[in-house]
Formats: sequence, C-alpha cells, structure tokens
Amino acid sequence: MIQPSSPSTAPARPWLQRHRWLLLRRFNQLGILAMFILPPLFGGMFAAGNLSSSMTLDILPLTDPLLLAQSMLTGSWPALTGFIGAGLVVVFYALLGGRVFCSWVCPVNLVTDFAAWLRRRLGIRAGGRISRSLRWWMLGLVLLLPLVTGAMVWEYVNPVSMLHRGLIFGFGWAWLILAAVFLYDLLVVPRGWCGHLCPVGACYALIGTRAPVHIAAPRRERCDDCMDCFTVCPEPQVIKPALKAAGGHGPVIDSIDCTKCGRCIEVCDREVFGLALGWVGKQGFLNRDRDAHAPAERRKNALQLRETRAASLRREAQDNNVSIP
Amino acid sequence: MTDTRPMSRRDFIKSQAAVAAASVAGVTLPASLLAKAQDQAADPDIRWDKAPCRFCGTGCSVLVGSKDGRVIASQGDPDAPVNRGLNCIKGYFLPKILYGQDRLTQPLLRKWNGKYDKDGDFEAVSWDEAFDVMAEHWKRALKRSMEENKGKSVDEMTSRVGMFGSGQWTVWEGYAASKLLKAGMRSNNLDPNARHCMASAVGAFIRAFGIDEPMGCYDDLEHADVFVLWGANMAEMHPILWSRLTDTRLSKPGCEVHVLSTFEHRCYELADNPIIFAPQTDLAILNYIANHIIQTEAYDKDFIDKHVQFETATTDIGYGLRPDHPLEQQAANPGVGAKHPSSFEAFARQVEPYTLEYVSELSGVPKENLLRLARAYADPKKKVSSYWTMGFNQHTRGVWVNGNLYNVHLLMGKISEPGNSPFSLTGQPSACGTAREVGTFAHRLPADLVVKKPEHRAFSEQVWKLPEGTLNGKVGYHAVLMHRMMKDGLMNCYWQLCNNNMQAAPNLNEESYPGWRNPDVFVTVSDPYPTVSAQAADLVLPTSMWVEKEGAYGNAERRTQFWREQTDAPGESKSDLWQIMEFSKRFTVEDVWPPALIETAPEYAGKTLYEILFANGEVDRFPYEGKVMDARGNAYRNHESEHFGYYVQKGLFEEYRKFNSGPDIIKKGHEMAPFQAYHESRGLRWPVIDGKETLWRFREGYDPHVAAFNPEVEKGDVYFYGNANGRANIIFAPYEPAAESPDAEYDLWLCTGRVLEHWHSGSMTRRVPELYRAVPDAVIYMSKDDAKARRLRDGQMALIKTRRGQIKARVETRGRNRPPNGLVFVPWFDANRLVNKLTLDATDPLSKETDYKKCACRVERV
Amino acid sequence: MAIDMQSKRNGVGRRDFLTGLARTAAGVGLIGLGLGLYSRRAASLPAWALRPPGALPEDDFDGACIRCGLCVRDCPFDMLHLARLGQDIPTGTPYFIAREAGCEMCEDIPCVKACPTQALDHGLTDINDADMGLAIVSDQDACIAFQGLRCEVCFNICPIRGEAISLDYQRNQRSGKHALFIPVVHADHCTGCGKCEEACILEEAAIKVLPRHLIQGKLGEHYRLGWEQRQRAGGALVTPDAEHRYNLPEGMRYDHGGEGLIEAPGDAPFPSDPLDTLNRGGSL
Repeated sequence: MIQPSSPSTAPARPWLQRHRWLLLRRFNQLGILAMFILPPLFGGMFAAGNLSSSMTLDILPLTDPLLLAQSMLTGSWPALTGFIGAGLVVVFYALLGGRVFCSWVCPVNLVTDFAAWLRRRLGIRAGGRISRSLRWWMLGLVLLLPLVTGAMVWEYVNPVSMLHRGLIFGFGWAWLILAAVFLYDLLVVPRGWCGHLCPVGACYALIGTRAPVHIAAPRRERCDDCMDCFTVCPEPQVIKPALKAAGGHGPVIDSIDCTKCGRCIEVCDREVFGLALGWVGKQGFLNRDRDAHAPAERRKNALQLRETRAASLRREAQDNNVSIP
Repeated sequence: MTDTRPMSRRDFIKSQAAVAAASVAGVTLPASLLAKAQDQAADPDIRWDKAPCRFCGTGCSVLVGSKDGRVIASQGDPDAPVNRGLNCIKGYFLPKILYGQDRLTQPLLRKWNGKYDKDGDFEAVSWDEAFDVMAEHWKRALKRSMEENKGKSVDEMTSRVGMFGSGQWTVWEGYAASKLLKAGMRSNNLDPNARHCMASAVGAFIRAFGIDEPMGCYDDLEHADVFVLWGANMAEMHPILWSRLTDTRLSKPGCEVHVLSTFEHRCYELADNPIIFAPQTDLAILNYIANHIIQTEAYDKDFIDKHVQFETATTDIGYGLRPDHPLEQQAANPGVGAKHPSSFEAFARQVEPYTLEYVSELSGVPKENLLRLARAYADPKKKVSSYWTMGFNQHTRGVWVNGNLYNVHLLMGKISEPGNSPFSLTGQPSACGTAREVGTFAHRLPADLVVKKPEHRAFSEQVWKLPEGTLNGKVGYHAVLMHRMMKDGLMNCYWQLCNNNMQAAPNLNEESYPGWRNPDVFVTVSDPYPTVSAQAADLVLPTSMWVEKEGAYGNAERRTQFWREQTDAPGESKSDLWQIMEFSKRFTVEDVWPPALIETAPEYAGKTLYEILFANGEVDRFPYEGKVMDARGNAYRNHESEHFGYYVQKGLFEEYRKFNSGPDIIKKGHEMAPFQAYHESRGLRWPVIDGKETLWRFREGYDPHVAAFNPEVEKGDVYFYGNANGRANIIFAPYEPAAESPDAEYDLWLCTGRVLEHWHSGSMTRRVPELYRAVPDAVIYMSKDDAKARRLRDGQMALIKTRRGQIKARVETRGRNRPPNGLVFVPWFDANRLVNKLTLDATDPLSKETDYKKCACRVERV
Repeated sequence: MAIDMQSKRNGVGRRDFLTGLARTAAGVGLIGLGLGLYSRRAASLPAWALRPPGALPEDDFDGACIRCGLCVRDCPFDMLHLARLGQDIPTGTPYFIAREAGCEMCEDIPCVKACPTQALDHGLTDINDADMGLAIVSDQDACIAFQGLRCEVCFNICPIRGEAISLDYQRNQRSGKHALFIPVVHADHCTGCGKCEEACILEEAAIKVLPRHLIQGKLGEHYRLGWEQRQRAGGALVTPDAEHRYNLPEGMRYDHGGEGLIEAPGDAPFPSDPLDTLNRGGSL
C-alpha cells in the first residue's frame, strides 16, 4: 500500500508483518479511548476523566504535565492527586520516551496518520515548509500565555485535549479544529501538526530526553536505500544519523523527536531496525556498548562526540526540513 | 439556551403597567399597546365553566376554559367561597391531567392466540368483546353464588362478585354502582377506596352521633381561637384550608396552633405547641386531656347532663388481620364493636390512670407540651377546632381515636358552633359526597342506611322498586377482605373503578397481587391511565375523567358541587357511569336472581338489569334535549344522556334524593336541593332545607332539624338528632398497642403518607411534567442520626424492608419532613416504588381501615 | 553536506538565520496575541451556566481547571456537563444549568474530591458552604405564591431547609381569609445549588439562580441593624433608660418599651394600693 521511492531489493514480507506495530498502536490508542468511553455504559468506571487528567479504577491518577504546568503558571496550586498524576506521567514517559505518547496514546495521531496515509495514497504533494523547531516556540508560547493572561489560553484551541474530550464528553464545534488539523496536514504541510507545531508533543519530547528505550538501526549495513522508512516516518530527520552513521553517529536513534512508533522496524524488508534498550550517553551509542571501549579512547571520543552532537543539534534546530535525499 | 423565554407574560405585565401608568398620568397610549392589553385580559373564544377540583377533599372550585373542544385553560374560581380564586399547585395544573401522553383509549384484554387468557398480553378489543368476556366471568360467578345461597336467608347471603369503587366517583357513578351491585346482583361486595381513607371517621361519627359527617364547616377556620392538628398535615394535604388557618393565626390575637404527629412536617412551621408523640399513643394523650378536664373540673356540666350519654367500648379487639394470625388468636374480643352503658363517674375512673406523668412517659412528649394542649381544650373561653385525617383514620384503633377526640370536645361542650369543631378532613374529592353519602361501602345503603337493618333494606327496595327480600342483608367484603377472598378463591370477579388499589392496598406481595393474579379470578380495571392496577388486571377499560363527563362531588364540609361535561374523552373512553349502566344490559334478571324472587315480581321476568335498575320510570324520567345549557347560553354535550336517551345524571340524582330528601325517609338530616340548583350555585352544604344550607348541624338556629326533632329545645342549644335520644355518646376507649412495633430485627417505625405535589397515587399528578419534576421520586425521610447509624448519607439509595417486602429509595435527611430518631416516612405516590409492598394489612377491627402509619421496618445500605 | 551547511551558517546563513528567527518569533507572537484575545472572549461565563461546588472565582477557575471532566464523571446525579467548543462557556470546563438539573449537594462532595487541581477548592468540606450562585425570586408577578396559590415547591425542595429559602407569611388582602406563603431567599445561606429553579413549576422559572456578584446587595459598611446588634450583645448597647413615669388618668398604664398606652385590666375590683381604696372611698 505504501509506494516506496525505489523498490527494495529484498523480497516483500506479509502484510501483517509489515503492520504489526501499527496494529498494536491502534489497538493501544483505541483501547485507551474505550477505557474512557465504554465504562459509563456498564455503570462502573474503568477510567474516568480524559487525557488531561484521569482516574483509573478509582486508584491510579494520571495528569497531563503540560496542562498542570499551565495551570500552575496561572498561579493555581494543584491538588495532591494532580501532582501525583503528573509525576506518574512524567516518570512513565521519562522512562519510555516522551513521544511514545504521540504515537501510542494521542488520538490526534489517528487523524494526522490518516492524513499522511491519504496524502501518500493520493500522491498529494503538499508544498508547505515550516520549521520543525516551531513546536519549541509554541511550547514556550503555551507556557508564557498563562503567565501573562492568567488563563490557560492554549486549552481553548488545543486539538489534542479537544479531540479526546470531544470523543468522551461531546464535540460541539471541536471537530472543526480537528478538521483544520487534518486538512492542514493533508494539503499544506506534511506532518505539519505533530511534526512541526504541536507543543504537547514537544513537551513530551523534553520529558523523554533521557529515556532508555530507543529505536535503532543495528543492521544498518544491510540498508539498500529503498527509502521505505523515510516515507513512513513522521519525523524522518531522526533516522538519517543512525542509519547513515553521519558524523560517526551510532546506530541508536537518539533524537528526542522520535515517536518510537516502530513503523521503520516493520516496513523495512531488510530488517535493519530494532529496539534498543539502555542509556544513550554518546552520540548514537548505548552506554554499555561504549563501555567496551578503553577509558582513554572514551575521553577522546567524548570530546569529539560532544562537539559533533552539539553541531548536529544546532543543525536540527536551524533546519529540520532536511530534504530526503 | 440563554434566553428562550416566551415574552408574552412579561410583555403583558409591562403593557398592563404602561396602561395603568398612562391612565394615571392622563397620557394617551398608542392604540396597538392598548389593544394588546385588552386582548390578553380576556380571550373571547374561551368558554368558561365551573368545576370542583379533581384532587383532595377541600373542594376548591376552578373555572375550566375550553376552546375547540379542548380544555386549554383554568383559573381558581374567584367566586368560590372555599378558595376565592386560589389553587394549590395541583389545582394549578388541572387541565394537564386530561392530556397525559399515555391515556388509554381502547379496552384492553389479556389474550393469547386470539382468546382471553389470564397469562396473555394485553390487546386492544372492542367494548362489545370486553363486556362479553367480562359478563361471561361474572355470570359464572353469580351462578355459583346463587347455588351457594340456595336455602339461605338474605342475612346469610354471600357473593363471588365484587366492585371496588371510589371517593373520586361522581355522586351518580357511586349511586349507579350501588344499585347494580346491591340491588341488581344482590352482592354487598361493593367497597370504595374511601375504606382506606375515611372509614374510621365514619365509624366514629355513627357511634358518637348516629349520623355521618362533620357538624361544622370550613368557616370554623375563621372562628376558632385554637387549632389542634391530630395526624393531619394540612399544610401539604389541604393546602387551601391551611392557608385559611394560617391567615387566622396571623390575624387573630391570641390564636394558637397545636400540631401533633409522629414526625415533624410542614405544619410545624406554624406550630405554637409542636408535639411529636410515639406512634399509637394519641389514644392515651386524648384520654389524658379528658382526665385533665375532669380533674380540673373544667368540663361543661350542664352540657354533659343534657346532651351526652356515657358508654364504654369493648376492648382487646384484635387488629383486623386474618383470623388465623397470632394477634387475632390472642385477642379476647376480635372485631367486637359492642359498646356498653357507662356513666360520667365510670368514665372519670377509666381515664384517671392517664395522668400527665404516665402519658408523658408513654408518648415521649414533654409534660409542658401536653399540659399546654390540655389547657387549651379545658379553657372555656377558647374556641377549639380540631382537624385530622389519615393520622387518626389509618389507625388500628381509628374509630376509638376519633371517638376519644369527640369525648374531649363533648366534655367541654365545644361542638356544633362557630369555631368549636371536631372536624374530620377528607382526602378525596367526593369521599363524603359519593362513598359516604351514597353509601358505596360494603355495609351501607344510600343516606346512612345500612344493609343489616331490615327496615332500611325495605325502604331501599321500595325506592328502587324491587321485590321484598331482594337486598342482601349480610355485610359484604371490605377492601382488604376482598383481596383475601380473591387470594382464597372465594371471590372470582372484581371490578375496580376510579382508583388504584394495587398501589394502595396493604401487603401487596402477600395479599393483593396473589389475589388479583389468582387464575380463578377475573379482574377488570377502569382507568384513564395504565396504572399499577391496570398492569395487574385482566381487562382494562378506558375511562372518561373529571370534566369529560357531567359530575358531582361532595367535599368535607358537606358541600355538594356539580359540573357539566366540558370536553370529549379521547378515543373510545367512556365514563364509569356509562360502563356500569351499559354492563347492566348484559344481565337478565334470571342471571342474578333466583326463580323464587322473580316470582314475587313477575313483571321483571326476562328483563335486563338495565331495564329494572335504570330504565325504571324514575332514572329515565327526565328527557334529554340534545344538549345541556348553562344560564349564559353556552351548550354542553352529555355523552351518557346522548347514549341512553334521557338525562341520566338528573334521573339518578333525583332518584337518589328519594333517600335523603323525600318526605318519608328513615334518616333525616341529609336533605339535598333539586338537581338544577347545584348547577346554578358553587355548591350547597347539606342539609339543604327550603333551599337554605346548613353551616353548623345539631344547633338550634343553625340547623332547622333541631327544633323539628325537639320542639322544646332552648334557643341556641344543641340536639344530637342522629341518635334517637338526642344525645351524643362519650365512649371510653383505652390505649392499646399497635399491631406491629419496632424490635431488634426491624428497628424503625414506618409511616407512609403523601406530598403536596402528588395525589391519588400519582396516577394523574405524575403525568404532569412540572409536578413530576418538582417531586419525581418517593424518598425515605429519616433523621440524620438514623441515617448516620446505618452509614447512609443524604441522597444515597437505600433498601427499606419489612417482613412483607422491600423497596429501594433515596435517603432524605434534610427534606420537608423531619422524622424523629426511630421513625421513617415514605410517601406513597411513586408507582416505581410501591410502598404498599411494605405495609401491613392490619386494620381497625371496627372500621376495617388499614393502618398505613405504623409498621416495623429496617433500612440498609444497598 | 555537513560542511556545506556549516559554511552557510557562517556566511550569508547568519543573516538568514536571524531573519528567520525574527519572522518565526513575530509569527508565533501573532498567534499568541490571537489566542490571548480569543481567550478573553471565550473565557467569559454566561450567567445561566453555574460552576460545580467549590469552584474558584471565575478568573482563577479558568486558570486552574485543566478540563479533565473528572468532576463530571464523579457526579452521582450526572448533572454536570463539560462545555463544548462553540458553547458560550469556556471550552472543556464543567458547568450545570439549574433549570435542567440543579446540584443535589452531596454531603461528601465527590466532584470536589475528584478535581486534580484546586479549580474546585478542596478546602470545601461542608457542602452547605458551597457558593455556586445565588437564587433570586426574579418575577414576583409570575410567581404564583405571591398570588396566594399554594405552591412553595422552591421552599420544599431547598436542601438548606428554612434557611436559604424561608416563607414569609402574609395576609391575602384580596381573598380576605387566606394567607400568602411568600418565598424569601437568604443570601447568607443560599449555595446556588439551583434545585429551586429546576423545580419551579412555572413555564419559565420565577426563581432563578445567577452568579452571586450579579445580584447580591450589600449594606453600607457604616450601618448596623440595631435590633440585631442588641440581640448579639445580649442587651442594649447603650445604658438602658431609667424608669419612666407618666401622668395618666386612672385605669390607664403606659408601657415604655412595648405596647404604649394600655387600659389597665379591670380584673381586680380594688386598686392594688389599699390607701387608694381607703382615701378615695369608691361607692361611699
């Protein structure tokens, strides 16, 4: 169903194998939604509330840290459950990778993935280009506005909370905002929302900066440049350093933008990608891999790597719309 | 959502205000504004006519506004003496009760495979089919009865058919029903729902005064100095009367209000002397007051000497349960109502043990409250009016407790004069007018006659043109007994009209429901709505209600009020009167009378009951002109008269008047004016003599009968002509405990009752959306302590259980009723929470009225 | 390629970079301004929408509420809603409409307990202290109680019985023999639960619950109600008067603090002072 830029040399694998991560994600996303929507039908509550803050089985509070932060920036002090809930969420995503939220939980992902899929199917060439770093500006704005206005301004338009709340409590005109996101992604900027603007994703990305769960390309030498991974990846810029060892980058995708959706793993017929667990200290290498090196070399490497990493970060920040070669 | 407010009323008031302001200022307003104000003031297209309210026994009058055959408007009748244009919240919504979404419009019969089947589902049938199936069952049961009665005297006759009528029936519906059952079918199994309501009051009136119904009238409300409420929540149940009482309390210096009940209710807001007593101890409190009056020698010796006779009641009389119930087995004199002669001195000795200390201890009422109450009665300068309803009547010693109150009033001579009045209020619009006066009880005939007395039967047979010995002399089955008989298969046909006994009768699980669903029983329910009763019936007949027929009600102050038919009933609905008369056509005299009886009246052979009872030359005496006219030239339809071809209501009423107003009547004192007089007035209070109403009975000057009975009566003195000796009876009755009291297992008293917003089991009021919204569900009123002890909080769903059943309802600790610890109160209107699953079928053995106010229950978390 | 970019950044790229930065900042700033302005409009709460018990003052509430709907879910009576986009209520915030379903005032206040922030003040532990609004008998002409009809549904349903709404008994001058039972709302006790408005049986409720600031009055700070002060102090604030004595004809008394002129009761046939009897003689 996906039209690769150039066909892979490897034999195509069954559909299910090419979509197993996708199916898992959809199952997870819809399952979470169902937890919020279905229970009231049967009287008891499985999960109450919505992604902004919820209570599962009357015992597990979870709160969106960005929302709580905004709320606190208006000068309001949360209740204990709010703190605990946000703390649990932070710890969870700090361990698992922040943007796991985006691809495994966030309902907007359904909308933007659909837009991406449709765009590929229909061959729509959306020409808009904006900086992927805009999301950091947006994040700053979202946190600044409550400080200035005393209100959670972002929540009046936030498509993420709007969609989830709408699905549970009713939409009103909120579907218009979602439609706007969809059309924008479809027609204006590819991956324009999640990959460029969304401050919620940005916030989660920050939270997951040091997460020990990664996608990696341990068998990058097998790559036959079929480009399947770049096509499906919502943040394709994260793949290149790991896949192409640019600047001596290790095989681990260590960009905080990676949503860990796993699409690259499953679409690659040459099985280049896989999961990598462990702390990433140096550029693209897991710490335990690096520990195999000698201490002296490590120091040398450290200096070198710090420099190249800083450069790569700067590069990303400046111009993330790296065109796919 | 923000402002969808219809602006018409505000506009109207504004324009009215503008007109008023302009007229003061001498300004000329634009013509359009003036026209608007006038248009709103009176809608010329609406035809207005008067009718009494459908709900309680107060008897407020309303004006009903119809347009294009529909009742579209109403107003309190500003010229009605009872309410002067006012209504309570129920009266406000009267037109809406006609137009509930789920009105029944066709007869419905339980069928299976096209045939009647007790276990089938309801299907629409024609009136013909409905009556065919019904008559088939009735004929079979009547035949069985005839066989069983072979060789028995009329005093031993039983019957397997019965009818359960209503204090909401119009006068002529009750009268026609009485004729059909008692004269036509020779069954005395005719009882009204007033049995659940007024029977104890009736019993006490007859025992003390020999004649039914209060001696005073509502004008006592303006003349009394002291009001005492005994088990009456007038604030909610008789809202307009309470408004009058309140006005007197506000305006009359020194006026005081004493309120007695087993829980705190709305009347306590006005109470100068609030008294909460332990259930059943009202008997003792009244004896204490009598004792206080005697001990302080406050009694009116002269009055007692001249007008009172002392008697004493048979005691230990059981609780009206089934004879095999342990309580009946233990009782020394179960059901014995005999009284024995006594004397003042004996009476004084009997009440002597009821000291302040003893009664305060027994009742839990502080001494100072009891003393204050006793002093109010004992003060010769204070006029005392006592009011009661279900607290007294729904009581296993209801007749006694009514009587004990008369004792107090009679000791002081505080009776039958403005302001001095023991006054029994009624719950239904025609409990007096229909159930009592027409005599639709199992033991009664019209106008206070009873089936037991041969001379009463003979008189009735003469009025009804029946052969001698037609009327059954054995008292029929009363309301509760009917259910027992149906459960036992001894009564096989039951027709309930104009009430909701499956929701009302006590002990639903053990008696009513098994009785109705007994395969040997055929139950017919006539109702405008699918009530709980209809759900439990075999045949449901759609009924015209209230102003969909011409009617007459008699309220608690003996006021008889008429109304004309204002609108058509929906679909195939027919009035109860039509149903009763039409059903009588299905029976020939051979179906119901034994050959020996028919032989004594050979002219009746082969005739139908309709011909004998209704087309009898009396009922069909008045021609129907095709319409009923009022004095203003408006024409009204009359479906019954159109159908039968004569002015049915007039014929029935005029024949009924032969019982209460004829020259040769047995019991004087119930005289009524001719039919037309009532259409021309807002009700007349009987006895109506020479066109004049009677306000206070038994007192010379107010009541012409006094001088007629006792030519030597002194001016302004009393004469209790209901009794042959002209004296009222003071009957001693002791305190005896309730049938069921809280114990370790069922640790709370359960008291049931009503709320202002709902009436008559909620079958009509719950179909008014506004009333439903105001009070949607029955709740368990309980004290905060009791709730806390059961780990319940306000608004929580709880289970309330008795030995007979259980229901769920929310707990209410901060509502309008505030029970003391140890008692819960549950209203009765909610068809989703049948509180009669809980209630005990213990009755007053004398009046056979159920005690819905006392049984033991327990409340638990769900 | 990396080298290529490096050179860009060092040369012409720097200006581009700064221009781009400024452009982005301006764009984002504009978005922020737009959002800020939109939020001013969107944050205003219409008078017919009431907040759940314990809700902070509207400005603070808007900042504190994270729109999670937990209060809505935990309401056992399902009378709370979350505002949807396009409604006049801040999107995602909880509200109720008194006329549709008022707050049942649960003793354990589950909605407040559920709130993960302090938007619903967790300091509210007694539901009777809640302040969701204030009831007002808004149309005395329409209210049938003022005409003497026996309704009192608002009084009957009020959970703060007799305190938040009381009945003022008055005489019905028109009918001459009935009383009026006038509902009177007491701002000190009313929590604005809205049950009265919900239950009002009129086509349009004549008693309404509105945000307190719209309708509550305030006595001038300088003024005290004398009789209340006196009661609170347990006696006169200023030294009571010395005993008054009056020139009065025989048989008359004068009650200084109460009834005024009183015709002395004729109970006793003799004056209380025997000297009066002896000196004035009476019938002699």
